[in-house]
Amino acid sequence: MKPVAFEYCRPDTLDEALGLLREFGGDASVISGGLSLGAMLNMRLVRPVALIDINRLDALSGIEATDGTVVTGALVRQAAAMKSDALMAAVPLLRLALPNVGHYQTRSRGTLGGSVAHADPSAEIPLSLVTLAGKVRLQSPSGTREVAARGFFHGVLTTDKRADELVTALIWPNRAPRTGYAFEEIAQRHGDFAIVAAAAAVTVGENATISALSFGLGGVEDRPFVVDTPDFIGRPATLATAQEIADAAAETVDPMIDLQASAAYRRQLVRVLGARVIAAAIADAESPREAA
Amino acid sequence: MSDAAQRWTGMRYPRKEDAALLTGNARFIDDLEPVAGIRHVAILRSGHAHARIASIDVSRAAALPGVHGVVTGADIADATRPIPSAIRAPIEFYPIAVGKVRYVGEPVAVIAADDRYIAEDAMELIDIEYEPLPPVIDPAGALAEGAALLHEAVGSNVVHHRTFRYGDPDAAFARADWIVKLDWRFPRYGSTPMETYGIVANFERAPDRYTVWSNFQGPFILHALMTGALGVPGNRLRLITAPHSGGSFGIKQAMFPYMVLLAACSKLLGCPLKWIEDRLEHLIGASSAADRADSVEAAFANDGELLGLRFDNIVNVGAFVRAPEPASVYRMHAASNGCYRVKDIAVENRLVVTNTTPIGLNRGYGGPQFYYALERAMDAGARELGIDPAEIRRRNFIRPDEFPYSAPAGALYDSGDYEAGLDQALGLAGYEALCADRDRARAEGRLFGIGIAAGIEPSGSNMAYVTLAQTPEERAKAGGRSGGLATATVSVDPSGSVTVRTVSTPAGQGHQTVAAQVVADALGLTPDDIDVITDADTLTSAWSLASGNYANRFSSVVIGAVSESADKVARKIKLIAAETLEVAPEDIELVGGQARIVGVPEKALPIRRVAAQTHWHPAGLPDDMEAGLLETTILNPPMLGAPDAEDRVGSAVTFGYVCDIAAVEIHRATGKVEVKKYVSVHDIGNVLNELVVEGQIYGGFAHGLGGALLEEFVYDAGGNPQAGTFADYLCITAPEIPELTIGHFNTPSPHNALGAKGMGDGSSMLAPTAIANAAADALGTFDIELPLTLNKTWALANGEPYERAGAARAKTGAATSPDGSSDQGVDRGVDAVEGGLTGKGSVELGASPDAVWKLLLDPETLAAVVPGCEALDQTGPDSFRAEVTIGVAGIKGLYSAEIELRDKRENESVRLVGKASGALGFGHGEGLVTLAPAGDGRTTLSYTYRANVGGKVAAVGQRMLGTVTKILIGQFFRGFDRRLRSDGEGGGGSGGWLRRLFGRLAP
Repeated sequence: MKPVAFEYCRPDTLDEALGLLREFGGDASVISGGLSLGAMLNMRLVRPVALIDINRLDALSGIEATDGTVVTGALVRQAAAMKSDALMAAVPLLRLALPNVGHYQTRSRGTLGGSVAHADPSAEIPLSLVTLAGKVRLQSPSGTREVAARGFFHGVLTTDKRADELVTALIWPNRAPRTGYAFEEIAQRHGDFAIVAAAAAVTVGENATISALSFGLGGVEDRPFVVDTPDFIGRPATLATAQEIADAAAETVDPMIDLQASAAYRRQLVRVLGARVIAAAIADAESPREAA
Repeated sequence: MSDAAQRWTGMRYPRKEDAALLTGNARFIDDLEPVAGIRHVAILRSGHAHARIASIDVSRAAALPGVHGVVTGADIADATRPIPSAIRAPIEFYPIAVGKVRYVGEPVAVIAADDRYIAEDAMELIDIEYEPLPPVIDPAGALAEGAALLHEAVGSNVVHHRTFRYGDPDAAFARADWIVKLDWRFPRYGSTPMETYGIVANFERAPDRYTVWSNFQGPFILHALMTGALGVPGNRLRLITAPHSGGSFGIKQAMFPYMVLLAACSKLLGCPLKWIEDRLEHLIGASSAADRADSVEAAFANDGELLGLRFDNIVNVGAFVRAPEPASVYRMHAASNGCYRVKDIAVENRLVVTNTTPIGLNRGYGGPQFYYALERAMDAGARELGIDPAEIRRRNFIRPDEFPYSAPAGALYDSGDYEAGLDQALGLAGYEALCADRDRARAEGRLFGIGIAAGIEPSGSNMAYVTLAQTPEERAKAGGRSGGLATATVSVDPSGSVTVRTVSTPAGQGHQTVAAQVVADALGLTPDDIDVITDADTLTSAWSLASGNYANRFSSVVIGAVSESADKVARKIKLIAAETLEVAPEDIELVGGQARIVGVPEKALPIRRVAAQTHWHPAGLPDDMEAGLLETTILNPPMLGAPDAEDRVGSAVTFGYVCDIAAVEIHRATGKVEVKKYVSVHDIGNVLNELVVEGQIYGGFAHGLGGALLEEFVYDAGGNPQAGTFADYLCITAPEIPELTIGHFNTPSPHNALGAKGMGDGSSMLAPTAIANAAADALGTFDIELPLTLNKTWALANGEPYERAGAARAKTGAATSPDGSSDQGVDRGVDAVEGGLTGKGSVELGASPDAVWKLLLDPETLAAVVPGCEALDQTGPDSFRAEVTIGVAGIKGLYSAEIELRDKRENESVRLVGKASGALGFGHGEGLVTLAPAGDGRTTLSYTYRANVGGKVAAVGQRMLGTVTKILIGQFFRGFDRRLRSDGEGGGGSGGWLRRLFGRLAP
């Protein structure tokens, strides 16, 4: 379990990092927390020519509230995110999701941006970003672009990021009025890759009906995705509707199969967790809140 | 009263070991660099489960700068002899594959280099040609007619078969009112210690001697096997253990073949070598407990009396019988009655070899499997007879006045009060309230169950019990075997400080603390005054065959030797003090660092000074007293005799008792097994240190629960291990462990100087069964197969089929048959279904079946649409060779594939059979493609496929394999459909692309 020889680069500035990316492109691996990449390097599953260590790019460690969003630098550690009151208050779904990410120890190393760039289909941070319709900011020597999270993830460990691009920030929409959030996952052990993870953001409108709904699933298919639910807008915000939405989703998903779970079991968890998170999000939306 | 004798033994004395561990001062094997010029070793392992090695070419690896040498099986076969076991079958076991590989993970070549990185680089440069053989992966497969043979010379995959009868089991079954029979399978799991195997081996000349530093745990009886393999006398193989071990749980017993391998390589390459096993190696190639495919029958009278037992055990030992196997099936043998009075017992043991990693010691060694038979049968009997499971056990327990109790198969139980232990457990569990909870839960439609398991815990093994594997005649011919010697030395140096040596090689059990407590009591000192050295050095310590750390041996046997040596030292100190103080030695007591006259505490001498006198002033010692103060005890527990002609053996020194009660709720919606209550009551004789005991009990419980709920080394039908990382081998962790209620009661052991019994296995033996019994109670079926993972339990709770991707067996075990039918067959409903990667799907294509057919068989089309296809070559009328780049993200590799088309039915169906291999692994599989008209000139193409994937990607990439396969198939059909359409439109599109491709192919 020793990696192949590679060139180790530790740029001090973003420009330097982007220059290295231009130089090495697809032959480079970018390392931040190293929680996934470290193991893949040691198993020689990846054999980069160069390893670009971005841990010194302090500019990527900021958490910044802007108009209607919070922008988290790619290097923000998961633990730091959990300690940011501003972020946790503005993005309640992330607050609910992050305790499910790995373990206390791994979260102090793992980064928000690293998880998104790695694109594990079960990962909680990509699922949260997709559910909230957030964005991924990418930078390359030729400029910066922002990609909707819902189009960013192409499949297992595969994203819209080009070889010369670096994920520099995630853009999280602020909590919306009359909107509740919930997150739940099932894994064999705490900290494992979720067999199924479910996230929901539900806006409850007049007459206690659902006026907006975002129901995201992770661990089910090859990427996190939001279930298409137009039929349920305007329906009563009830437990029964929550179950209906989840049941409908379970019929449409095409679950992956692995050692831990069959497709049938994943469908079942979509029904169970889906109903739970949607119901919990409805309850959250309806619960009285302190004024911001 | 301050000068009353302080008694340390029994106190919750904080562990002496912890400071070093917590401050980073512990020295583990990887911290040691005992000689200069060490080279680092990587071991190339077989990716094939069963294959002949046609050739090995190491020249490219050997030529890599920094590589010091490469050793292969042929070299080792020349330099060493096979390692024997108690099984007489003609199996040649070398620590590296010779001629043939028999499991994935078997060493094939050893590379020594300046560092491990270079060694692993070189590993990739070794070219091996394998000729694959059909793999055998489980007992049913091993026993199947026409099964491939692992060891041709044996002529069968059954390498051992013995039957035993105690009392008259047939008569017992004939007079039974009820017979329950359970066919059961027990999964293969291990203990995955935090620290893996580590070895430094050095061969030196003048005199020729091998020295091997390691974190080996014993038993040192294996030293004899190692010297045999290396062909040297005992004193020319010096084994030294590291001062600290990062856990073992029995697993580190199985490293001894690697010690032989590294020693032999050190001699062959002429330099000291270091090898630290990595986690990938450990999870596929180290060791685990046996998986079993057994049945048990229990004969009951209507009143619940257990009349007779029949055990039919089939043990999957893996590819070789690695010593001390077959001990796992014989450790509990002498106590086959468990804690019951039953006299009439039949046992049939078969050992089968399969293309899986050899098994070995693991916490509870043989106990989890044994109790899975006995204690599940007790619950089944209770259910059938309508007797409470606690009550049926109570009626059958050996009674307190029957101790010492001579068990039918020879074990001599020292002491116990099993009913009192059960009552304590029932009380702690609030059994009646739990039963009421269960009633309430069931009334609400919830799945709630209670399970009980009780058992004895044999400790301090007889080295000879494994010879039950031989017939009495064979044993007589081989010469007698018996005993289980423990050694301990207590010495006082010229400064008066005390050192204890135990050769007990602990792996976290707190031997130093407990030995110090015992010696402090004997010498009137404090545990802090006593230094305890527990590591072994076979050249300088007093050791014997049974030395080491296994079978709960420390508190059952070793501590007796410590205590006796300390008493000898104390006696000598008293003699000297008595002469100085002019009293009789009986009037001297050792208290608070003083040797003083009983009742006259002011008449005292410092113990240090008295002790030092033995070194500084021997002439002043009492007459006839030997100078110096060093006492070694070699203790042989007298009950460890040789097996007799009736195959009865006193297998262990002390017999503790464990009674566990589990209450679980199974969540129907998710399959989660929630442990609502778990109580574990222990009789371990006198408690030497309750803190240490509690730690052991928690640990044993965690291991048992891991086996019950999570952990399994899964193989697919191709013999490819599927759980090669901790993402798929679900080692239990703290958040998964519920609250444990512990109870103690003590029946002091007459077999131990301190009244203590061994402990440490504890609930690792019983938790799998207690949980299974509780789950069976909750689900209303005995058809339970561990581990009760989420998906499996959900399927069980909802009557859903259970299929697991990648696993060789997808179905849970056979059902109970209370009619007592005497099915002695071997397959017993074991469902060995083809495993691996499977899938099916269909796509609708925009052309007629004949157009689709034509295109599907067109190599140009295939080349264009197979994802990642770099080159495709037709090699026969219906066969192709292709170079394909497969992968996702950075995990890409080039694979060469051979594909053949079979069973062609024009415009209807075709079978594709193929294989591929590349850097990250290899695979073979087949698919069936069926075409059906879908109207409108369209076609529905349906496909099913099945593949076995081997190599690294199978072991570490389980989570992704299925998904990646689906992605590739999706890409293929999207490409295919595009191509169909473009053909229909007059063949635009990818022509240029195709020309490029075939341009490259042209010679």
